[in-house]
Amino acid sequence: MQFGVFTVGDVTVDPTTGREPTEHERIKAMVAIALKAEEVGLDVFATGEHHNPPFVPSSPTTMMGHIAARTERLLLSTATTLITTNDPVKIAEDYAMLQHLSDGRVDLMMGRGNTGPVYPWFGKDIRAGIPLAIENYDLLHRLWREDVVDWKGKYRTPLQSFTSTPRPLDGVPPFVWHGSIRSPEIAEQAAYYGDGFFANHIFWPKEHTQRMVALYRQRYAHYGHGTADQAIVGLGGQVFMRRNSQDAVREFRPYFDNAPVYGHGPSLEEFTRETPLTVGSPQQVIDRTLGFREYVGDYQRQLFLMDHAGLPLKTVLEQLDLLGEEVVPVLRKEFAALRPAHVPEAPTHASLVAAAGGAKDSTVHAVDDVTGKAPEGATR
Amino acid sequence: MTHRTLAVVSAGLSQPSSTRLLADQLAAATRDELVRRGSEVELHVVDLREYAHDVVNNLLTGFAPAALRQVIDMVTGADGLIAVTPIFSASYNGLFKSFFDVLDKESLVDRPVLIGATGGTARHSLALEHAVRPMFAYLRSVVVPTAVFAAPEDWSDGSADGALRGRIRRAAGELADQIERRPPATGPADPFALTTDFLQMLGRGNDAPVS
Repeated sequence: MQFGVFTVGDVTVDPTTGREPTEHERIKAMVAIALKAEEVGLDVFATGEHHNPPFVPSSPTTMMGHIAARTERLLLSTATTLITTNDPVKIAEDYAMLQHLSDGRVDLMMGRGNTGPVYPWFGKDIRAGIPLAIENYDLLHRLWREDVVDWKGKYRTPLQSFTSTPRPLDGVPPFVWHGSIRSPEIAEQAAYYGDGFFANHIFWPKEHTQRMVALYRQRYAHYGHGTADQAIVGLGGQVFMRRNSQDAVREFRPYFDNAPVYGHGPSLEEFTRETPLTVGSPQQVIDRTLGFREYVGDYQRQLFLMDHAGLPLKTVLEQLDLLGEEVVPVLRKEFAALRPAHVPEAPTHASLVAAAGGAKDSTVHAVDDVTGKAPEGATR
Repeated sequence: MTHRTLAVVSAGLSQPSSTRLLADQLAAATRDELVRRGSEVELHVVDLREYAHDVVNNLLTGFAPAALRQVIDMVTGADGLIAVTPIFSASYNGLFKSFFDVLDKESLVDRPVLIGATGGTARHSLALEHAVRPMFAYLRSVVVPTAVFAAPEDWSDGSADGALRGRIRRAAGELADQIERRPPATGPADPFALTTDFLQMLGRGNDAPVS
Protein backbone atom coordinates (compact mmCIF):
# COMPACT_ATOMS: atom_id res chain seq x y z
CA MET A 1 0.00 0.00 0.00
CA GLN A 2 1.16 3.51 -0.79
CA PHE A 3 1.10 6.34 1.73
CA GLY A 4 1.63 9.99 1.09
CA VAL A 5 0.43 13.56 1.34
CA PHE A 6 -1.69 15.74 -0.90
CA THR A 7 -1.73 19.50 -0.82
CA VAL A 8 -4.25 22.04 -2.05
CA GLY A 9 -1.62 24.78 -2.14
CA ASP A 10 -3.74 27.41 -0.42
CA VAL A 11 -2.27 30.67 0.84
CA THR A 12 -4.07 31.13 4.14
CA VAL A 13 -3.51 33.45 7.11
CA ASP A 14 -2.15 31.71 10.19
CA PRO A 15 -5.00 32.57 12.58
CA THR A 16 -2.72 32.35 15.61
CA THR A 17 -0.31 35.02 14.34
CA GLY A 18 -2.35 36.89 11.72
CA ARG A 19 0.46 36.37 9.23
CA GLU A 20 -0.18 35.36 5.63
CA PRO A 21 2.67 33.70 3.73
CA THR A 22 3.70 35.12 0.38
CA GLU A 23 3.16 33.05 -2.75
CA HIS A 24 6.90 32.51 -2.90
CA GLU A 25 7.01 31.20 0.66
CA ARG A 26 4.06 28.91 0.01
CA ILE A 27 5.55 27.48 -3.17
CA LYS A 28 8.85 26.82 -1.42
CA ALA A 29 6.95 25.31 1.52
CA MET A 30 5.21 22.88 -0.81
CA VAL A 31 8.57 21.77 -2.16
CA ALA A 32 9.94 21.42 1.39
CA ILE A 33 6.93 19.25 2.27
CA ALA A 34 7.57 17.02 -0.75
CA LEU A 35 11.25 16.60 0.14
CA LYS A 36 10.29 15.85 3.73
CA ALA A 37 7.78 13.26 2.54
CA GLU A 38 10.58 11.34 0.88
CA GLU A 39 12.90 11.81 3.87
CA VAL A 40 10.40 10.32 6.33
CA GLY A 41 9.68 7.34 4.08
CA LEU A 42 6.37 8.28 2.50
CA ASP A 43 5.65 7.08 -1.05
CA VAL A 44 3.60 9.81 -2.72
CA PHE A 45 3.42 13.60 -2.94
CA ALA A 46 0.42 14.99 -4.81
CA THR A 47 -0.27 18.63 -5.60
CA GLY A 48 -3.53 20.33 -6.46
CA GLU A 49 -4.03 22.47 -9.54
CA HIS A 50 -5.77 25.82 -9.24
CA HIS A 51 -5.98 28.95 -11.33
CA ASN A 52 -7.38 31.43 -8.83
CA PRO A 53 -6.22 33.04 -5.58
CA PRO A 54 -5.69 32.07 -2.78
CA PHE A 55 -4.06 29.04 -4.44
CA VAL A 56 -0.53 28.90 -5.90
CA PRO A 57 -0.16 25.62 -7.84
CA SER A 58 -1.25 26.69 -11.34
CA SER A 59 1.65 24.87 -12.99
CA PRO A 60 1.93 21.40 -11.45
CA THR A 61 4.41 19.83 -13.87
CA THR A 62 6.88 22.69 -13.33
CA MET A 63 6.79 22.05 -9.60
CA MET A 64 6.86 18.29 -10.01
CA GLY A 65 9.79 18.41 -12.42
CA HIS A 66 11.72 20.41 -9.84
CA ILE A 67 10.79 17.97 -7.05
CA ALA A 68 11.62 14.99 -9.26
CA ALA A 69 15.14 16.39 -9.73
CA ARG A 70 15.61 16.67 -5.98
CA THR A 71 14.22 13.27 -4.93
CA GLU A 72 15.12 9.65 -5.59
CA ARG A 73 12.08 7.46 -5.04
CA LEU A 74 9.12 9.72 -4.25
CA LEU A 75 6.16 9.16 -6.57
CA LEU A 76 4.68 12.43 -7.84
CA SER A 77 1.00 12.80 -8.45
CA THR A 78 -1.77 15.38 -8.68
CA ALA A 79 -4.87 16.08 -6.65
CA THR A 80 -6.29 16.90 -9.06
CA THR A 81 -5.37 17.62 -12.69
CA LEU A 82 -8.18 19.62 -14.26
CA ILE A 83 -9.40 17.42 -17.09
CA THR A 84 -12.15 19.92 -17.89
CA THR A 85 -10.30 23.19 -18.46
CA ASN A 86 -6.87 21.89 -19.55
CA ASP A 87 -6.31 20.90 -23.13
CA PRO A 88 -5.93 17.10 -23.13
CA VAL A 89 -3.17 17.48 -25.73
CA LYS A 90 -1.13 19.62 -23.34
CA ILE A 91 -1.76 17.19 -20.47
CA ALA A 92 -0.54 14.32 -22.68
CA GLU A 93 2.63 16.23 -23.57
CA ASP A 94 3.41 17.70 -20.14
CA TYR A 95 2.98 14.50 -18.18
CA ALA A 96 4.79 12.33 -20.70
CA MET A 97 7.70 14.79 -20.45
CA LEU A 98 7.55 14.58 -16.67
CA GLN A 99 7.43 10.80 -16.88
CA HIS A 100 10.73 10.79 -18.79
CA LEU A 101 12.40 13.33 -16.50
CA SER A 102 11.32 11.50 -13.34
CA ASP A 103 12.11 8.03 -14.75
CA GLY A 104 8.52 6.96 -14.37
CA ARG A 105 7.84 8.35 -10.90
CA VAL A 106 4.59 10.01 -11.93
CA ASP A 107 0.90 9.33 -12.04
CA LEU A 108 -2.11 11.66 -12.19
CA MET A 109 -5.49 12.11 -10.68
CA MET A 110 -8.17 13.62 -12.88
CA GLY A 111 -10.71 16.02 -11.40
CA ARG A 112 -13.23 18.49 -12.75
CA GLY A 113 -12.76 21.57 -10.57
CA ASN A 114 -15.80 23.07 -8.87
CA THR A 115 -15.22 26.81 -9.29
CA GLY A 116 -17.61 28.14 -11.92
CA PRO A 117 -15.74 31.35 -12.86
CA VAL A 118 -12.52 29.42 -13.67
CA TYR A 119 -14.07 27.57 -16.61
CA PRO A 120 -14.69 30.57 -18.90
CA TRP A 121 -11.10 31.76 -18.37
CA PHE A 122 -10.17 28.65 -20.33
CA GLY A 123 -13.03 28.90 -22.78
CA LYS A 124 -15.18 26.31 -21.04
CA ASP A 125 -18.47 26.16 -19.13
CA ILE A 126 -18.92 24.43 -15.76
CA ARG A 127 -22.37 23.22 -16.82
CA ALA A 128 -20.59 20.89 -19.23
CA GLY A 129 -18.25 19.64 -16.49
CA ILE A 130 -19.04 15.95 -16.82
CA PRO A 131 -19.18 15.82 -20.66
CA LEU A 132 -15.86 17.73 -20.74
CA ALA A 133 -14.28 15.26 -18.33
CA ILE A 134 -15.53 12.36 -20.44
CA GLU A 135 -14.50 13.67 -23.85
CA ASN A 136 -11.16 15.17 -22.81
CA TYR A 137 -10.04 12.07 -20.97
CA ASP A 138 -11.04 9.81 -23.82
CA LEU A 139 -8.77 11.85 -26.09
CA LEU A 140 -5.94 11.89 -23.54
CA HIS A 141 -6.23 8.11 -23.19
CA ARG A 142 -5.80 7.71 -26.95
CA LEU A 143 -2.95 10.23 -27.25
CA TRP A 144 -0.85 8.12 -24.89
CA ARG A 145 -1.70 4.84 -26.58
CA GLU A 146 -1.87 5.60 -30.31
CA ASP A 147 1.14 7.09 -32.08
CA VAL A 148 -0.97 8.90 -34.66
CA VAL A 149 -4.38 10.20 -33.73
CA ASP A 150 -7.21 11.44 -35.91
CA TRP A 151 -9.84 12.88 -33.65
CA LYS A 152 -12.95 15.01 -33.72
CA GLY A 153 -15.01 16.02 -30.70
CA LYS A 154 -17.26 18.68 -29.34
CA TYR A 155 -15.00 20.71 -27.10
CA ARG A 156 -11.69 21.06 -28.93
CA THR A 157 -10.23 21.65 -32.40
CA PRO A 158 -10.09 18.40 -34.38
CA LEU A 159 -6.75 16.61 -34.72
CA GLN A 160 -5.40 15.15 -37.93
CA SER A 161 -2.36 12.88 -37.98
CA PHE A 162 -1.35 14.21 -34.61
CA THR A 163 1.44 12.63 -32.60
CA SER A 164 1.77 13.67 -28.99
CA THR A 165 5.44 13.85 -28.06
CA PRO A 166 7.35 12.65 -26.20
CA ARG A 167 5.76 9.23 -26.36
CA PRO A 168 5.21 7.69 -22.91
CA LEU A 169 8.31 6.33 -21.21
CA ASP A 170 8.99 2.68 -22.14
CA GLY A 171 5.75 2.69 -24.13
CA VAL A 172 3.67 2.73 -20.93
CA PRO A 173 1.37 5.68 -20.09
CA PRO A 174 1.27 7.03 -16.54
CA PHE A 175 -1.34 5.41 -14.31
CA VAL A 176 -4.47 7.52 -13.90
CA TRP A 177 -6.83 7.94 -10.97
CA HIS A 178 -10.17 9.70 -11.22
CA GLY A 179 -11.24 11.74 -8.22
CA SER A 180 -14.78 12.68 -7.29
CA ILE A 181 -16.72 13.40 -4.13
CA ARG A 182 -20.18 12.44 -5.24
CA SER A 183 -20.55 12.17 -9.02
CA PRO A 184 -21.39 8.55 -9.86
CA GLU A 185 -20.49 9.27 -13.51
CA ILE A 186 -16.84 9.65 -12.55
CA ALA A 187 -16.79 6.34 -10.67
CA GLU A 188 -18.27 4.84 -13.84
CA GLN A 189 -15.58 6.49 -15.98
CA ALA A 190 -12.77 5.12 -13.79
CA ALA A 191 -14.35 1.67 -13.89
CA TYR A 192 -14.76 1.69 -17.67
CA TYR A 193 -11.05 2.28 -18.31
CA GLY A 194 -9.86 0.09 -15.44
CA ASP A 195 -8.20 3.19 -13.96
CA GLY A 196 -7.97 3.97 -10.25
CA PHE A 197 -10.68 5.76 -8.30
CA PHE A 198 -9.77 8.24 -5.59
CA ALA A 199 -12.31 9.40 -3.03
CA ASN A 200 -11.19 12.69 -1.53
CA HIS A 201 -12.59 11.52 1.82
CA ILE A 202 -12.06 14.83 3.57
CA PHE A 203 -14.59 17.49 4.51
CA TRP A 204 -17.51 15.10 3.75
CA PRO A 205 -19.16 12.21 5.57
CA LYS A 206 -17.70 8.77 5.02
CA GLU A 207 -21.00 7.60 3.52
CA HIS A 208 -20.17 9.50 0.30
CA THR A 209 -16.89 7.63 0.00
CA GLN A 210 -18.47 4.31 0.84
CA ARG A 211 -21.17 4.64 -1.81
CA MET A 212 -18.85 5.93 -4.52
CA VAL A 213 -16.21 3.25 -3.94
CA ALA A 214 -18.85 0.50 -3.89
CA LEU A 215 -20.23 1.74 -7.22
CA TYR A 216 -16.73 1.95 -8.74
CA ARG A 217 -15.84 -1.59 -7.60
CA GLN A 218 -19.07 -3.04 -8.94
CA ARG A 219 -18.62 -1.36 -12.35
CA TYR A 220 -14.90 -2.26 -12.49
CA ALA A 221 -15.92 -5.89 -12.31
CA HIS A 222 -18.74 -5.28 -14.82
CA TYR A 223 -16.23 -4.01 -17.38
CA GLY A 224 -14.11 -7.08 -16.89
CA HIS A 225 -10.94 -5.63 -15.39
CA GLY A 226 -10.96 -8.02 -12.42
CA THR A 227 -13.06 -8.78 -9.39
CA ALA A 228 -14.61 -5.93 -7.43
CA ASP A 229 -12.05 -6.26 -4.66
CA GLN A 230 -9.21 -5.96 -7.18
CA ALA A 231 -10.25 -2.45 -8.25
CA ILE A 232 -7.68 0.26 -7.47
CA VAL A 233 -8.92 2.56 -4.71
CA GLY A 234 -7.29 5.58 -3.11
CA LEU A 235 -8.54 7.63 -0.19
CA GLY A 236 -7.77 11.02 1.26
CA GLY A 237 -7.65 11.76 4.93
CA GLN A 238 -7.05 14.70 7.21
CA VAL A 239 -5.17 14.49 10.48
CA PHE A 240 -3.45 16.61 13.08
CA MET A 241 -1.33 14.87 15.68
CA ARG A 242 0.57 15.45 18.87
CA ARG A 243 1.83 12.75 21.19
CA ASN A 244 -0.82 13.82 23.70
CA SER A 245 -4.27 14.05 22.08
CA GLN A 246 -5.38 17.04 24.20
CA ASP A 247 -2.38 18.98 22.90
CA ALA A 248 -3.38 18.16 19.34
CA VAL A 249 -6.93 19.42 19.90
CA ARG A 250 -5.76 22.59 21.66
CA GLU A 251 -3.19 23.44 18.99
CA PHE A 252 -5.37 22.62 15.96
CA ARG A 253 -8.60 24.27 17.16
CA PRO A 254 -7.83 27.86 16.01
CA TYR A 255 -6.81 26.54 12.58
CA PHE A 256 -9.97 24.44 12.42
CA ASP A 257 -12.25 27.25 13.54
CA ASN A 258 -10.92 29.63 10.89
CA ALA A 259 -10.21 27.18 8.08
CA PRO A 260 -11.45 27.80 4.54
CA VAL A 261 -14.28 25.41 3.53
CA TYR A 262 -15.57 24.39 6.96
CA GLY A 263 -14.44 27.16 9.35
CA HIS A 264 -17.01 29.14 11.35
CA GLY A 265 -19.43 26.26 10.96
CA PRO A 266 -19.50 23.00 12.90
CA SER A 267 -17.35 22.51 15.99
CA LEU A 268 -14.13 20.52 15.78
CA GLU A 269 -15.86 17.76 17.73
CA GLU A 270 -18.86 17.66 15.37
CA PHE A 271 -16.67 17.69 12.28
CA THR A 272 -14.45 14.94 13.67
CA ARG A 273 -17.52 12.82 14.24
CA GLU A 274 -19.18 13.55 10.89
CA THR A 275 -16.11 13.38 8.60
CA PRO A 276 -12.84 11.39 8.55
CA LEU A 277 -10.89 14.25 10.21
CA THR A 278 -8.84 12.92 13.12
CA VAL A 279 -7.21 15.23 15.66
CA GLY A 280 -5.35 13.38 18.36
CA SER A 281 -2.45 11.06 19.10
CA PRO A 282 -0.62 8.99 16.48
CA GLN A 283 -2.35 5.92 17.90
CA GLN A 284 -5.77 7.50 17.32
CA VAL A 285 -4.77 8.26 13.73
CA ILE A 286 -3.66 4.66 13.27
CA ASP A 287 -6.91 3.29 14.66
CA ARG A 288 -9.15 5.59 12.62
CA THR A 289 -7.21 5.00 9.40
CA LEU A 290 -7.33 1.22 9.78
CA GLY A 291 -11.09 1.66 10.16
CA PHE A 292 -11.37 3.13 6.62
CA ARG A 293 -10.80 -0.35 5.24
CA GLU A 294 -13.98 -1.55 6.95
CA TYR A 295 -16.15 0.55 4.66
CA VAL A 296 -14.17 0.66 1.40
CA GLY A 297 -12.44 -2.73 1.47
CA ASP A 298 -8.71 -3.29 0.95
CA TYR A 299 -7.33 -0.28 -0.85
CA GLN A 300 -4.11 0.80 -2.48
CA ARG A 301 -3.30 4.39 -1.65
CA GLN A 302 -3.79 6.63 1.38
CA LEU A 303 -3.01 10.33 1.06
CA PHE A 304 -3.22 12.76 3.98
CA LEU A 305 -3.92 16.47 3.86
CA MET A 306 -1.41 17.96 6.30
CA ASP A 307 -0.70 21.54 5.30
CA HIS A 308 -3.86 23.58 4.89
CA ALA A 309 -5.68 26.26 6.91
CA GLY A 310 -2.58 28.36 7.52
CA LEU A 311 -0.56 25.81 9.50
CA PRO A 312 3.06 27.02 9.50
CA LEU A 313 5.66 24.99 7.64
CA LYS A 314 7.51 24.10 10.84
CA THR A 315 4.35 22.50 12.26
CA VAL A 316 3.64 20.65 9.01
CA LEU A 317 7.16 19.21 8.96
CA GLU A 318 6.70 18.04 12.58
CA GLN A 319 3.43 16.41 11.49
CA LEU A 320 5.26 14.61 8.69
CA ASP A 321 7.85 13.33 11.18
CA LEU A 322 5.05 11.84 13.28
CA LEU A 323 3.34 10.45 10.20
CA GLY A 324 6.51 8.89 8.79
CA GLU A 325 7.99 7.62 12.01
CA GLU A 326 5.04 6.53 14.11
CA VAL A 327 1.94 6.15 11.97
CA VAL A 328 2.81 4.86 8.51
CA PRO A 329 5.15 2.01 9.57
CA VAL A 330 2.34 0.58 11.71
CA LEU A 331 -0.27 1.12 9.01
CA ARG A 332 1.94 -0.58 6.39
CA LYS A 333 2.31 -3.64 8.58
CA GLU A 334 -1.33 -3.84 9.65
CA PHE A 335 -2.83 -3.23 6.19
CA ALA A 336 -0.42 -5.72 4.61
CA ALA A 337 -1.40 -8.38 7.14
CA LEU A 338 -5.10 -7.85 6.38
CA ARG A 339 -4.84 -7.72 2.58
CA PRO A 340 -5.61 -11.00 0.73
CA ALA A 341 -3.01 -12.12 -1.83
CA HIS A 342 -5.27 -11.61 -4.87
CA VAL A 343 -5.74 -7.89 -4.13
CA PRO A 344 -3.12 -5.96 -6.13
CA GLU A 345 -0.89 -3.11 -5.01
CA ALA A 346 -1.30 0.28 -6.68
CA PRO A 347 0.23 0.17 -10.18
CA THR A 348 3.66 1.78 -10.56
CA HIS A 349 5.70 2.40 -13.68
CA ALA A 350 7.68 -0.79 -12.99
CA SER A 351 4.57 -2.92 -12.53
CA LEU A 352 2.93 -1.45 -15.65
CA VAL A 353 6.07 -2.12 -17.71
CA ALA A 354 6.16 -5.69 -16.42
CA ALA A 355 2.47 -6.13 -17.25
CA ALA A 356 3.13 -4.82 -20.77
CA GLY A 357 5.76 -7.51 -21.29
CA GLY A 358 8.76 -5.27 -20.75
CA ALA A 359 9.96 -1.82 -21.68
CA LYS A 360 10.03 -0.76 -25.28
CA ASP A 361 11.22 2.48 -26.73
CA SER A 362 8.21 4.13 -28.28
CA THR A 363 9.93 7.05 -29.97
CA VAL A 364 8.13 8.16 -33.09
CA HIS A 365 10.63 9.20 -35.75
CA ALA A 366 9.64 11.81 -38.23
CA VAL A 367 9.28 10.87 -41.86
CA ASP A 368 11.52 12.85 -44.21
CA ASP A 369 9.31 15.23 -46.14
CA VAL A 370 11.38 14.95 -49.32
CA THR A 371 12.30 11.27 -49.51
CA GLY A 372 9.29 9.91 -47.58
CA LYS A 373 11.71 7.68 -45.68
CA ALA A 374 11.92 7.15 -41.97
CA PRO A 375 15.20 6.34 -40.16
CA GLU A 376 16.04 2.66 -39.98
CA GLY A 377 14.13 0.78 -37.28
CA ALA A 378 11.77 3.68 -36.69
CA THR A 379 8.14 3.10 -35.82
CA ARG A 380 5.61 5.14 -37.62
CA MET B 1 -55.05 -0.50 3.29
CA THR B 2 -52.71 2.05 1.70
CA HIS B 3 -49.85 3.21 3.89
CA ARG B 4 -49.17 6.94 3.71
CA THR B 5 -46.50 9.06 5.34
CA LEU B 6 -47.05 12.69 6.16
CA ALA B 7 -44.15 15.02 6.95
CA VAL B 8 -44.91 18.09 9.04
CA VAL B 9 -42.33 20.86 9.22
CA SER B 10 -42.74 23.69 11.70
CA ALA B 11 -40.36 26.65 11.71
CA GLY B 12 -41.75 28.17 14.92
CA LEU B 13 -39.00 29.53 17.14
CA SER B 14 -40.69 29.98 20.52
CA GLN B 15 -41.73 27.16 22.79
CA PRO B 16 -44.61 26.61 22.97
CA SER B 17 -45.19 27.89 19.48
CA SER B 18 -48.43 28.91 17.76
CA THR B 19 -46.79 27.82 14.48
CA ARG B 20 -46.39 24.33 15.88
CA LEU B 21 -49.95 24.43 17.17
CA LEU B 22 -51.23 25.23 13.66
CA ALA B 23 -48.98 22.54 12.18
CA ASP B 24 -50.40 19.97 14.60
CA GLN B 25 -53.98 20.91 13.74
CA LEU B 26 -53.30 20.72 10.01
CA ALA B 27 -51.58 17.37 10.52
CA ALA B 28 -54.40 15.93 12.61
CA ALA B 29 -57.06 17.08 10.15
CA THR B 30 -55.17 15.62 7.17
CA ARG B 31 -54.51 12.36 8.96
CA ASP B 32 -58.19 12.05 9.96
CA GLU B 33 -59.26 12.71 6.39
CA LEU B 34 -56.89 10.09 4.95
CA VAL B 35 -57.90 7.57 7.59
CA ARG B 36 -61.57 8.24 6.88
CA ARG B 37 -60.86 7.38 3.25
CA GLY B 38 -59.23 4.13 4.25
CA SER B 39 -55.51 4.88 4.45
CA GLU B 40 -53.15 4.11 7.27
CA VAL B 41 -51.15 7.25 8.13
CA GLU B 42 -47.69 7.63 9.61
CA LEU B 43 -47.09 11.17 10.85
CA HIS B 44 -43.65 12.72 11.39
CA VAL B 45 -43.48 16.18 12.91
CA VAL B 46 -40.26 18.20 12.86
CA ASP B 47 -39.56 21.34 14.83
CA LEU B 48 -36.82 22.94 12.74
CA ARG B 49 -35.58 24.86 15.77
CA GLU B 50 -34.07 21.59 17.04
CA TYR B 51 -31.97 21.40 13.86
CA ALA B 52 -31.15 25.09 13.48
CA HIS B 53 -27.39 24.64 14.01
CA ASP B 54 -27.30 21.62 11.72
CA VAL B 55 -29.08 23.59 8.99
CA VAL B 56 -26.51 26.40 9.20
CA ASN B 57 -23.66 23.88 9.25
CA ASN B 58 -25.14 22.27 6.17
CA LEU B 59 -25.21 25.65 4.42
CA LEU B 60 -21.53 26.16 5.25
CA THR B 61 -20.08 22.67 4.72
CA GLY B 62 -22.33 21.38 1.96
CA PHE B 63 -23.44 18.25 3.78
CA ALA B 64 -26.11 17.47 6.36
CA PRO B 65 -24.98 16.17 9.74
CA ALA B 66 -26.44 12.74 10.51
CA ALA B 67 -29.44 13.95 12.56
CA LEU B 68 -30.48 16.47 9.91
CA ARG B 69 -29.89 13.89 7.17
CA GLN B 70 -32.59 11.72 8.76
CA VAL B 71 -35.02 14.65 8.80
CA ILE B 72 -34.28 15.49 5.16
CA ASP B 73 -34.76 11.88 4.10
CA MET B 74 -38.03 11.76 6.01
CA VAL B 75 -39.34 14.99 4.46
CA THR B 76 -38.24 14.21 0.90
CA GLY B 77 -39.48 10.64 1.13
CA ALA B 78 -43.02 11.36 2.45
CA ASP B 79 -46.30 11.19 0.51
CA GLY B 80 -47.29 14.68 1.58
CA LEU B 81 -45.79 17.68 3.30
CA ILE B 82 -47.31 20.23 5.64
CA ALA B 83 -45.00 23.25 5.92
CA VAL B 84 -45.74 25.97 8.44
CA THR B 85 -43.73 29.10 9.19
CA PRO B 86 -44.10 32.24 11.25
CA ILE B 87 -44.14 35.36 9.06
CA PHE B 88 -41.12 37.59 9.71
CA SER B 89 -40.60 40.84 7.80
CA ALA B 90 -43.24 40.03 5.20
CA SER B 91 -41.98 36.51 4.42
CA TYR B 92 -41.12 33.06 5.80
CA ASN B 93 -38.51 33.14 8.52
CA GLY B 94 -34.87 32.46 7.76
CA LEU B 95 -34.87 29.03 9.35
CA PHE B 96 -37.76 27.86 7.17
CA LYS B 97 -36.07 29.10 3.99
CA SER B 98 -32.67 27.74 5.00
CA PHE B 99 -34.12 24.28 5.56
CA PHE B 100 -35.63 24.21 2.07
CA ASP B 101 -32.40 25.70 0.69
CA VAL B 102 -30.40 22.64 1.79
CA LEU B 103 -32.76 20.16 0.13
CA ASP B 104 -31.90 18.91 -3.32
CA LYS B 105 -33.99 21.13 -5.57
CA GLU B 106 -35.49 18.12 -7.36
CA SER B 107 -36.47 16.38 -4.15
CA LEU B 108 -39.98 17.82 -3.77
CA VAL B 109 -41.05 17.75 -7.41
CA ASP B 110 -44.77 16.81 -7.74
CA ARG B 111 -45.05 16.50 -3.96
CA PRO B 112 -48.42 17.52 -2.49
CA VAL B 113 -47.79 20.36 -0.05
CA LEU B 114 -50.07 22.22 2.33
CA ILE B 115 -48.68 25.58 3.43
CA GLY B 116 -49.55 27.43 6.62
CA ALA B 117 -48.31 30.44 8.51
CA THR B 118 -48.82 32.39 11.70
CA GLY B 119 -48.31 36.07 12.40
CA GLY B 120 -48.93 38.83 14.88
CA THR B 121 -51.78 40.31 12.80
CA ALA B 122 -54.01 39.11 9.97
CA ARG B 123 -52.38 41.73 7.73
CA HIS B 124 -49.48 39.28 7.24
CA SER B 125 -51.70 36.60 5.75
CA LEU B 126 -50.95 37.18 2.06
CA ALA B 127 -47.27 36.45 2.70
CA LEU B 128 -48.36 32.84 2.19
CA GLU B 129 -49.38 33.70 -1.37
CA HIS B 130 -46.57 36.09 -2.19
CA ALA B 131 -43.63 34.30 -0.56
CA VAL B 132 -44.31 30.74 0.55
CA ARG B 133 -46.32 29.53 -2.45
CA PRO B 134 -43.80 30.82 -5.04
CA MET B 135 -40.97 29.06 -3.23
CA PHE B 136 -42.75 25.73 -3.59
CA ALA B 137 -43.67 26.63 -7.16
CA TYR B 138 -39.94 26.94 -7.82
CA LEU B 139 -39.44 23.49 -6.28
CA ARG B 140 -42.24 22.29 -8.60
CA SER B 141 -44.29 20.97 -5.72
CA VAL B 142 -48.07 20.80 -5.94
CA VAL B 143 -49.33 23.30 -3.36
CA VAL B 144 -53.01 22.89 -2.51
CA PRO B 145 -55.24 25.91 -3.22
CA THR B 146 -56.11 26.62 0.41
CA ALA B 147 -53.23 28.06 2.41
CA VAL B 148 -53.96 28.45 6.10
CA PHE B 149 -53.00 31.56 8.03
CA ALA B 150 -53.67 31.82 11.76
CA ALA B 151 -53.72 35.28 13.40
CA PRO B 152 -54.08 35.86 17.14
CA GLU B 153 -57.85 36.35 16.83
CA ASP B 154 -58.18 32.92 15.23
CA TRP B 155 -56.93 31.31 18.41
CA SER B 156 -59.13 33.47 20.64
CA ASP B 157 -62.15 32.38 18.59
CA GLY B 158 -61.48 28.95 20.03
CA SER B 159 -59.96 26.49 17.60
CA ALA B 160 -62.89 24.06 17.83
CA ASP B 161 -65.38 25.73 15.52
CA GLY B 162 -64.07 29.13 14.36
CA ALA B 163 -63.34 30.13 10.80
CA LEU B 164 -59.83 28.75 11.22
CA ARG B 165 -61.20 25.30 11.84
CA GLY B 166 -63.14 25.47 8.60
CA ARG B 167 -60.07 26.50 6.61
CA ILE B 168 -58.01 23.75 8.19
CA ARG B 169 -60.63 21.16 7.23
CA ARG B 170 -60.85 22.42 3.65
CA ALA B 171 -57.05 22.50 3.24
CA ALA B 172 -56.70 19.02 4.76
CA GLY B 173 -59.28 17.68 2.32
CA GLU B 174 -57.38 19.21 -0.60
CA LEU B 175 -54.09 17.72 0.57
CA ALA B 176 -55.69 14.30 1.05
CA ASP B 177 -57.09 14.52 -2.52
CA GLN B 178 -53.65 15.22 -3.96
CA ILE B 179 -52.00 12.46 -1.92
CA GLU B 180 -54.62 9.93 -2.96
CA ARG B 181 -54.04 10.65 -6.65
CA ARG B 182 -50.50 9.40 -6.36
CA PRO B 183 -49.00 5.98 -5.72
CA PRO B 184 -47.43 5.60 -2.27
CA ALA B 185 -44.00 7.25 -2.00
CA THR B 186 -40.96 5.04 -2.32
CA GLY B 187 -38.67 7.05 -0.05
CA PRO B 188 -35.95 9.60 -0.79
CA ALA B 189 -34.06 9.47 -4.09
CA ASP B 190 -30.56 7.95 -4.05
CA PRO B 191 -28.08 10.68 -5.07
CA PHE B 192 -25.41 8.06 -5.81
CA ALA B 193 -27.50 6.00 -8.20
CA LEU B 194 -25.91 5.66 -11.63
CA THR B 195 -28.54 6.64 -14.19
CA THR B 196 -26.45 6.16 -17.32
CA ASP B 197 -23.59 4.00 -18.47
CA PHE B 198 -20.26 5.02 -19.84
CA LEU B 199 -20.81 4.40 -23.53
CA GLN B 200 -23.92 6.55 -23.42
CA MET B 201 -21.94 9.30 -21.72
CA LEU B 202 -19.27 8.95 -24.37
CA GLY B 203 -21.95 9.10 -27.05
CA ARG B 204 -20.88 5.79 -28.58
CA GLY B 205 -22.63 2.53 -29.34
CA ASN B 206 -21.32 -0.72 -27.95
CA ASP B 207 -17.57 -0.31 -28.15
CA ALA B 208 -15.48 -2.59 -26.03
CA PRO B 209 -13.34 -0.91 -23.38
CA VAL B 210 -9.90 0.09 -24.60
CA SER B 211 -7.30 -1.28 -22.24
